[in-house]
Amino acid sequence: MKYVLNHTCAIRLQQMLRVVIGSLLLSFFWLSSTNASPVDTFQFNDETTELRFQILSKELRCPKCQNQNLADSNSKIAIDLRKNLYNLLQEGKTDQEIIDFMVYRYGDFVLYRPPLKEQTYILWFGPVIILFGFIMGVVFVLRKRSKVKANEHDLSAQEQTNLDDILNKK
Amino acid sequence: MKSIIRFIPLILFVLLGVLLYRGLFLNPQAMPSAMIGKPLPNFELPILKSTDRLVGREDLTGNIVLLNVWATWCIQCKYEHPYLLDIIRDSRIKLYGLNFTDDRNAALNWLKQYEDPYEFSIFDEQGALGLDIGVFGAPETFVIDHTGIIRKRFAGPINDQVWKKEFLPLIDTIEAEIAQGST
Repeated sequence: MKYVLNHTCAIRLQQMLRVVIGSLLLSFFWLSSTNASPVDTFQFNDETTELRFQILSKELRCPKCQNQNLADSNSKIAIDLRKNLYNLLQEGKTDQEIIDFMVYRYGDFVLYRPPLKEQTYILWFGPVIILFGFIMGVVFVLRKRSKVKANEHDLSAQEQTNLDDILNKK
Repeated sequence: MKSIIRFIPLILFVLLGVLLYRGLFLNPQAMPSAMIGKPLPNFELPILKSTDRLVGREDLTGNIVLLNVWATWCIQCKYEHPYLLDIIRDSRIKLYGLNFTDDRNAALNWLKQYEDPYEFSIFDEQGALGLDIGVFGAPETFVIDHTGIIRKRFAGPINDQVWKKEFLPLIDTIEAEIAQGST
């Protein structure tokens, strides 16, 4: 009887230990995963589609959360749109068709790379123009400076004869 | 010439200042909807109160229609609700609800507990219609004119101020268009 009691005690202890260790491990993994992106359980038929899903969900911006892409956001609309993206891929839509689908509904805002249009010229060409202006400015200043320096070394005719005299005297 | 060059940094500074100052007062939430000027897409969805009754695009056209996206998970919808009861006193408009990705029982309870301001609410459990018109949250309100064209999308709760500033002028405009069309 005593043995049996001890035995069950041991089993209970073992079970308790297992629960404690298990929950510790679980909380460790849970804590370490809070920073990760949301995980969806989409099943893909092939790797290419899965890759396309990942690329597209990174290229498309979540309309609600403004500074996150679809892949990173946990907002309701991002989850819905990921589901939608998945469905569109399953239907065999091309990347361009999917992007058009999103833009039709949410506007250019959903694109992290804005299209080249009249309104976005400054966005696309602004930096190049500023860089060009900067380079021009630097060239202008340097040229001016070297001209001044060159002038400093030029001797007037009088100075030149004076110098010649001094040199000839030697 | 030289004096102008000397002032270029100052001019640039002032321009940048003006640009950034303006940026302070822009509302990043107020994105223009891609759907403005496009017709309301076709759909076939049940209404919330009786899932046997299917409604579609034609059930929403013919009047000046306000389509209000709401859900029980949406906190701001609770704030907005009393104002919706106010605005339906304007007989020129018809207010429809779009119950967006919601639980049906919860939504029915909500309408029972508060007052139901809608002619009917479309039950969009999967968010299909919501997605088609570019909804990204709730509350959102769309103004659809008598020909079925989406004229406005407003994200956020309606209150008196918003109603007077954002909606009434547009409703007046559409009404003028209706009057012009009928003569």
